[in-house]
Amino acid sequence: MTRREGLLDGTLILLAMLAVWQALYQYAGSAALTPPWATARYAVELLGTPTFWGHATQTLSAFAWSVAISAVLGIALGLWFGAFRFAGDVAEPMLASLYTIPKVTLYPVMLLLFGLGPSAKIAFGVIHGMIPVVLFTLGAVKNIRPVLLRAARSLRLSPMQTARFVLVPAVLPEIASGLRVGFSLCLLGVLIGEMFASQRGIGFLIINGINSHNVKLTTAVTLIVIVFAVGANSALLALDRRLHHRG
Amino acid sequence: MTRSTRIVCTRWGVSLGLILLLEAACRSGVVPTLAVLPPSEMFAAMLELLSTEEVLANVAATFSTVAVAFLAAVLIGFAAGVALHGLPRFRRAIDPLLASYYSVPIFVFYPLLVALFGLSALPLIAIGFLAALPAMLIATLLGLDRVPPVLRRVARMHRLGSARTAALVILPAALPNLFQGIKLSLAYAFIGVIAGEFILSGGGLGYAIAYAYESFDNRTMYGLMLFVLLSAVISNTLLSTWESRLQRRRWRA
Repeated sequence: MTRREGLLDGTLILLAMLAVWQALYQYAGSAALTPPWATARYAVELLGTPTFWGHATQTLSAFAWSVAISAVLGIALGLWFGAFRFAGDVAEPMLASLYTIPKVTLYPVMLLLFGLGPSAKIAFGVIHGMIPVVLFTLGAVKNIRPVLLRAARSLRLSPMQTARFVLVPAVLPEIASGLRVGFSLCLLGVLIGEMFASQRGIGFLIINGINSHNVKLTTAVTLIVIVFAVGANSALLALDRRLHHRG
Repeated sequence: MTRSTRIVCTRWGVSLGLILLLEAACRSGVVPTLAVLPPSEMFAAMLELLSTEEVLANVAATFSTVAVAFLAAVLIGFAAGVALHGLPRFRRAIDPLLASYYSVPIFVFYPLLVALFGLSALPLIAIGFLAALPAMLIATLLGLDRVPPVLRRVARMHRLGSARTAALVILPAALPNLFQGIKLSLAYAFIGVIAGEFILSGGGLGYAIAYAYESFDNRTMYGLMLFVLLSAVISNTLLSTWESRLQRRRWRA
């Protein structure tokens, strides 16, 4: 497929989605959602108000903390489990089943442990986002090709050099994939946290809009969240693919 | 003792150890009992709750919602995956959508779904369905991608019709991925429904947990929470066991 065709197909898909949106509006009416053009205009208007940015800053800072903590803890735990084969084999299915439980039920525990502040949100984001980082890192270290380590040994690299020139480049692509998934899940965790028992943040704006039947606000904020999530994910995906295809 | 039994034993040991540690931490007051109940009491609370009509009604409501969402997602996801596999250009075009799908918190669509379907079980089913569908679709695509071309050639050599090729050659070859998709779909449908109930709806287990939290009824909250988590872990473990049994049979064949 040529680049031109790809662009054409992409545009067609985007138009089709906008058409579905418009059709939903025609069908369900203004009690359910606002039409695309009006929503986009209101969203731009919202982006110019300080109230919106007050909420957005809350969300973004909780989100940034939870991504940072998930990344550091996740990579450290993943490297540890990957290096000690036995610990990794014991932990992997446990982590996988943690990944599949409805973690939202644990949110009250976070609230009871951390109080009604940003730290509960951050902790909740971390329990969502950390597990994929651990699992991807663990997998990367476990599946590293033995020939690479043998090459490092035969070149008499020191442990530091082995880490710098062999281990890190070999596991980096997988860790990047893990971070991308973790990034999305941290956002999910923080937003869910704000939708429940919170007075600030984007999630609160959405739930507040729902409760006060402010359809215009809910639809516009939803659009902003989706554009942010998809934009960030696409950027990370592009980075991810570059890392995987390198060399 | 073989290595795999040792691993399983250690896993049980670690789990039990963590539970005992939490029990000790709660009993000794390191973790305040106002925040976290000791596991033994959670378990007792769960058993008590499961004998009341009200909770059983909630369990039935949630489980049936999950079941409908899960089955619909698996069937439709599979069908859509097969269709999409046959349309490579369309598939390439919507690939970015599939890749970004799970980065959007789908709960933001709940008000829209309520407006579309009214206040019934349908919006919740839709949330569970939307959470689970892409997992099945992507797994189906991957499974069909990984059918070795030599198998398709063998089918042609034996002059199998397209229905028999699908049933005897392609489906079995794609089965591991399909199974992965089914497992993920169940987990995602469960997560979607519980979270939908928790944040937005007025019924089911998720709502009961949120309600118990808001009325400071920790016993009920922890009992229900334990039940939900155990249900998720047990169903996932059962599917995994079945999966690895199928896998072993494949190797023997």
